Amino acid sequence: MSAASGQSAAPSGAAVVSRVVIYGLLAIFALIYLVPLFVMLVTSFKTMDEITGGNMLALPQAPTVAPWLRAWGDACVGLTCAGIKGYFWNSIKMVVPAVAISTLLGALNGYVLTKWRFRGHKLVFGLMLFACFIPFQAVLLPMASVLGRLSEFGNVLRDSTGTSLGIGSSTANLVVVHVIYGLGFTTLFFRNYYEAFPNELVRAAMMDGAGFFQIFRRVLLPNSLPIFVVTVIFQFTNIWNDFLFASAYAGTGDVMPMTVALNNVVNTSTGTVEYNVNMAAAMIAALPTLFVYVVAGRYFVRGLMAGAVKG
Amino acid sequence: MAFLEIEHLKKRYGSVDILKGIDLDLDKSGFLVLVGPSGCGKSTLLNTIAGLETISEGEIRVEGNKINDLHPSKRDIAMVFQSYALYPNMTVAGNIAFGMEMRGVPKPERDKAIAQVAGTLQIGHLLERKPSQLSGGQRQRVAMGRALVRDPKLFLFDEPLSNLDAKLRVDMRVEIKRLHAATGKTIVYVTHDQIEAMTLATKIAVLKDGELQQVGTPAEIYNKPSNLFVADFMGSPAMNLMQAKAAKENGRTVLKLLDAAGGDITLPVPASIASQELAAGRELIFGIRPEAITDKDSADRHSRAIEVVDAHVEVVEPAGADTFVVTRLGGKEVTARMRADADVRPGETIPFAFNLDRAVVFDPQDGRRL
Repeated sequence: MSAASGQSAAPSGAAVVSRVVIYGLLAIFALIYLVPLFVMLVTSFKTMDEITGGNMLALPQAPTVAPWLRAWGDACVGLTCAGIKGYFWNSIKMVVPAVAISTLLGALNGYVLTKWRFRGHKLVFGLMLFACFIPFQAVLLPMASVLGRLSEFGNVLRDSTGTSLGIGSSTANLVVVHVIYGLGFTTLFFRNYYEAFPNELVRAAMMDGAGFFQIFRRVLLPNSLPIFVVTVIFQFTNIWNDFLFASAYAGTGDVMPMTVALNNVVNTSTGTVEYNVNMAAAMIAALPTLFVYVVAGRYFVRGLMAGAVKG
Repeated sequence: MAFLEIEHLKKRYGSVDILKGIDLDLDKSGFLVLVGPSGCGKSTLLNTIAGLETISEGEIRVEGNKINDLHPSKRDIAMVFQSYALYPNMTVAGNIAFGMEMRGVPKPERDKAIAQVAGTLQIGHLLERKPSQLSGGQRQRVAMGRALVRDPKLFLFDEPLSNLDAKLRVDMRVEIKRLHAATGKTIVYVTHDQIEAMTLATKIAVLKDGELQQVGTPAEIYNKPSNLFVADFMGSPAMNLMQAKAAKENGRTVLKLLDAAGGDITLPVPASIASQELAAGRELIFGIRPEAITDKDSADRHSRAIEVVDAHVEVVEPAGADTFVVTRLGGKEVTARMRADADVRPGETIPFAFNLDRAVVFDPQDGRRL
């Protein structure tokens, strides 16, 4: 204790050198990470003339938001040139329900696996954990078959009742896929968090007359903010960024999610490659995950650490 | 018919017996303390009464009604937990009202009940705070308030004071006792602290390894422990237990103790077993509380059987109100409780006055009191 404080009061030469090395390395790696982002940002605000004639790292001479507006409103995705806005909303419509459902179900699973243990709860948890290790590619074909049945069911429903309730639509299909695939992770997160959650609170609520869902809603959920944030960030980022499932089950037409549309924007070859528009589109595609990180980020580390010590 | 009856209660986890057939009863307004070392099953017993754990065999009745299979919330029992178990996301008022809310009590009634309980426990100024903003003693009060507000038939306390510091523990102990006297509620209380057990209980049940060792009033448990375990566990400092041997001398039975020098100390048979015939040469354990061994002057004047024994002083421990003097008799350390100003120094040989009215004798084989 005293040695440490003495050192900080009068740093020796070796300590200064090691500090410089540490911060120098950190700065270099930060730079390596930030340069691509910087290039994307400045390019997205430049005109095409400036891009073809100038330095990649230079700041825009005459900053313009035209590439952003073009990317949003009239960039060509394949043959239609209506921008990426429609696909952006496709993604939102898919991500929000998928994140909400998989997170809530994960919380419920964690609650049951820790507070309402049954015979074989370890096996069930082990199997759910196993879901985290299944590669996407392995489930592509069987899942396509399942989704096909789901679409048939949606058709039957529409024929008999007039509405399919969205069942069998590409968006609904992707929600189903991502909920199923995400459950392993969300269950893992919540189980570990609730493992350290005091059992006495559940028992007290039980004696107070609260039922299964009342305990979940009134006692567990209000005390789960950190792990909620972690799970939401994790799920949101994964589902938003997913390309494989999106291109396999919603790869064409108006139903494409953002990631697939972005790919098509960049690959569309009519005349010159509009780097500024491509960069702006990529930035727009990345904004929601960035937004989630910024808003919820300060809970992220806290939540990751919670429950890491015990259980 | 007693208020709370527990009949032949057994609890098994797999092949392990946690509770091995408990029979207990408690009258209305009684204060039953379950006491024993860690792992003796006392908390499990409490949880089975609460309904938080199922039982393998036996029956639990409250006012003659079997409650074995009722859900915890239907038993009309409130519990105070060791960790207090306050809901961290709710205010103090919310915590106290949660049970009523779950039972569908309308808001005006809830508010009235909260105000009343807050008055009793003097936590009115804390009602809007969160549990994390309270001190240990305040949390304890809120936990009791949450139990009190429901006005249940039976209160269960699971080591409620073990998380408090020593001084606060004494204060809260007095408060619980006062609360019990004021409300006349029936309470079952678990503790591993034998002083809490002695001070609070109207009835003590001592458990060990899932079996009842003795059930009785605090005085019975303290003065007439039914076996060596109870004698050793209850009381601080613990009862002095010495090896002894029965012998015949001049036609009457006496006890022989070995002193440190290898000589014999002869004591008459204590009144507690005077009626029993002891075969000469029978091995015995002689038990006597520290406060029944004193200096000559402060020996109990009402006692009919004071025996003075000279012994070598090994250690002197002044404890403020008393001075504990340690000597060696019957092969064991023996603690005597003397006046604070007793003039004793280690290494001296002084007279110790044994009050044999307070002495008990055990069988070394099965540990039972004779």
